[in-house]
Amino acid sequence: MANKLEIRDLWAEIDGSPILKGVDLVVPQGEVHALMGPNGAGKSTLGRVIAGDPSYQVTEGEVLLDGENILQLKPDERARKGLFLAFQYPLEVPGVTIANFLRLALQQRFGREVPLSEFYNKLQKAIEVLEWDESYVTRYLNEGFSGGEKKRNEVLQLMVLEPKYAILDETDSGLDIDALKVVSKGVNAMRGPEFAALVITHYQRLLNYIVPDVVHVMVDGRVVKTGGKDLALELEERGYDWLKAEVGA
Amino acid sequence: MSDAELKHISEDYRWGFADDVEPDVKLKGLNAEVVRAISRLKGEPQWLLDFRLKSLEIYFEKPWPTWGPDLSELRRQMDDFYYYVKPPTQQDARSWDDVPEEIRRTYEKLGIPEAEQKVLAGVGAQYDSEMVYHSIKEELGKQGVIFKSIEDGVKEHEELFRRYFSKVVPPTDNKFAALNSALFSGGSFVYVPPGVEVEVPLQAYFRVNTEGFGQFERTLIILDKGAKAHYIEGCTAPIYTSEALHTGVIEIIVMDGAESRYTTIQNWPVNMYNLVTQRALVHENAYHMWLDGNLGSKVTMKYPSSVLKGRGAKSEILSIAFAGDGQHLDTGGKLIFMNPDASGSIISKSISKGEGRSSYRGLVKVAPAAERAKVNVECDALLVNENSKTDTYPYMEIANETASVGHEATVSRLADDQIFYLTTRGIPEDEAAALIVRGFIEPVAKELPLEFAVELNRLIELEMEGSVG
Repeated sequence: MANKLEIRDLWAEIDGSPILKGVDLVVPQGEVHALMGPNGAGKSTLGRVIAGDPSYQVTEGEVLLDGENILQLKPDERARKGLFLAFQYPLEVPGVTIANFLRLALQQRFGREVPLSEFYNKLQKAIEVLEWDESYVTRYLNEGFSGGEKKRNEVLQLMVLEPKYAILDETDSGLDIDALKVVSKGVNAMRGPEFAALVITHYQRLLNYIVPDVVHVMVDGRVVKTGGKDLALELEERGYDWLKAEVGA
Repeated sequence: MSDAELKHISEDYRWGFADDVEPDVKLKGLNAEVVRAISRLKGEPQWLLDFRLKSLEIYFEKPWPTWGPDLSELRRQMDDFYYYVKPPTQQDARSWDDVPEEIRRTYEKLGIPEAEQKVLAGVGAQYDSEMVYHSIKEELGKQGVIFKSIEDGVKEHEELFRRYFSKVVPPTDNKFAALNSALFSGGSFVYVPPGVEVEVPLQAYFRVNTEGFGQFERTLIILDKGAKAHYIEGCTAPIYTSEALHTGVIEIIVMDGAESRYTTIQNWPVNMYNLVTQRALVHENAYHMWLDGNLGSKVTMKYPSSVLKGRGAKSEILSIAFAGDGQHLDTGGKLIFMNPDASGSIISKSISKGEGRSSYRGLVKVAPAAERAKVNVECDALLVNENSKTDTYPYMEIANETASVGHEATVSRLADDQIFYLTTRGIPEDEAAALIVRGFIEPVAKELPLEFAVELNRLIELEMEGSVG
């Protein structure tokens, strides 16, 4: 079986306007890839389309999870197959505690009843890595959280749910340097032969802490360049205009 | 209602079964003869018959409400209802063994005797027009706690009954209070002596079985000084094609320093007009909570009120309404401040699904003498679908400038984004929607006894199946 997340010639639009225009991308198990690119290139859209956001219409292409096309699956079915999207703007769900929500999600993820003790063990470990206060898990999901707390909560969910493929959509935005380090520590703790991540970011800064194996650059709805981690440094220095010129965007 | 609609509803509503029970007496039509017959069958004193007849006159004199939900269909059917249906049983048994088997089985299906054993201090059960069962734990009886049918309240405690009956909700209060006063049958009479604390709830369960029937229970609760009690009412009925009517009146007297709670979990089928008047008179440093959960009925008009009569009186009114297709729930609460240093709050959470409509209607009134009144009103509405409706009618009459008044109202829509977020964590769409709804009512639902919270969650999950996407 092909252990990878593979995107083949993916086209998607929202309300009739095309955003993704033939994305090709492969993230094999065991690797962390960065996805960079200017504003409006379609990076976040790609993340949401892979996760199954119903507000986008896929007009062409495939998203293969370990060789299986998942485009016909609902978001929850994709998640149960081991896909995870850390949101750029996590939603607030008042009245639902993180602990209750996360245990429900974990039971869905594993397809079985998860005893409280097993759940709290996992939760405890993640909280320690993220240097968070345990009291957060009894708070309502993201309600009244600062931007940084919401991002930390996304990584907490990532660590507890143990997906095979994670997409992190600008998890670094809105974080100060200390929070950035902690969040990166959480993601790095997940790294291993059975985990892959696609890290969407604007800034090279994050990649100092989550060092990618491969860097992709998206411009105008397509992946136009793929390289090693040095590509991120080059983009930091030179910006995106030279790339836009190169691909004629 | 069409057969298809009926079928859809019956599938969702698990209490919709009917019993094959032949009533002893069935009285149809709305007139003085029926009122006399009810009073005669109950062997009532003359003063109570006079009260009923006077109330019937008031009912006819009072105009139909020109505000709130549409009652025109109900109005056309007023002459066709059965206004009194006596089940074939000796009144108000003290043991379930003395309740006819058919009827007992119904309450067993509803889980009442089981709950009585586990979590309740006492249970009253009404079947159509009469209470068929009333019982409290022996030790409470020894402490002087009275928990009986309203009829036995009249018979066995006439003086106490007469001192308080209809003093909190007089028949002149509104058209349906007048109707209840003319026709009332069943309901509970509760008295808790000074300083006695009933720690676990008393519950009354109202069951309708007869088609085309109007149920008019009347409850009078008196908590003497420093007493404490929690009374819960639940209600269900079979689903029939024709409309039904439920018009209760609940009067509560909370004396100095007493602490009372009244919880309603109303789950009538969607052919029921549910028009109820509930009011508590709260004396010095006493406390009363209304927890009003309205899930069923075609139309509900219900505004639990607390009159903060004593200095330092406190009251909280918590309300949940869940209106689905074909339902209009007009609910809220009233707080009347009469004297200094009283405080109160109204928290209302309403959910409208499909073409359902929920309305918040509230009144806060601060009298000139009510120095330093503190009041907070929060009403939040959640709309599940594009065509769901909500409206808010908050009335305030503040006649004392030292009052501190807070008011907040929000309307939110069940956001696609919120659902998407939860589904990306592996939670199926319906469950995600139910989770959001449960979270929305959590500030109120957490006040419910556990068994009721679990039942409410189950009902919400059922309601949310197939509601989105």
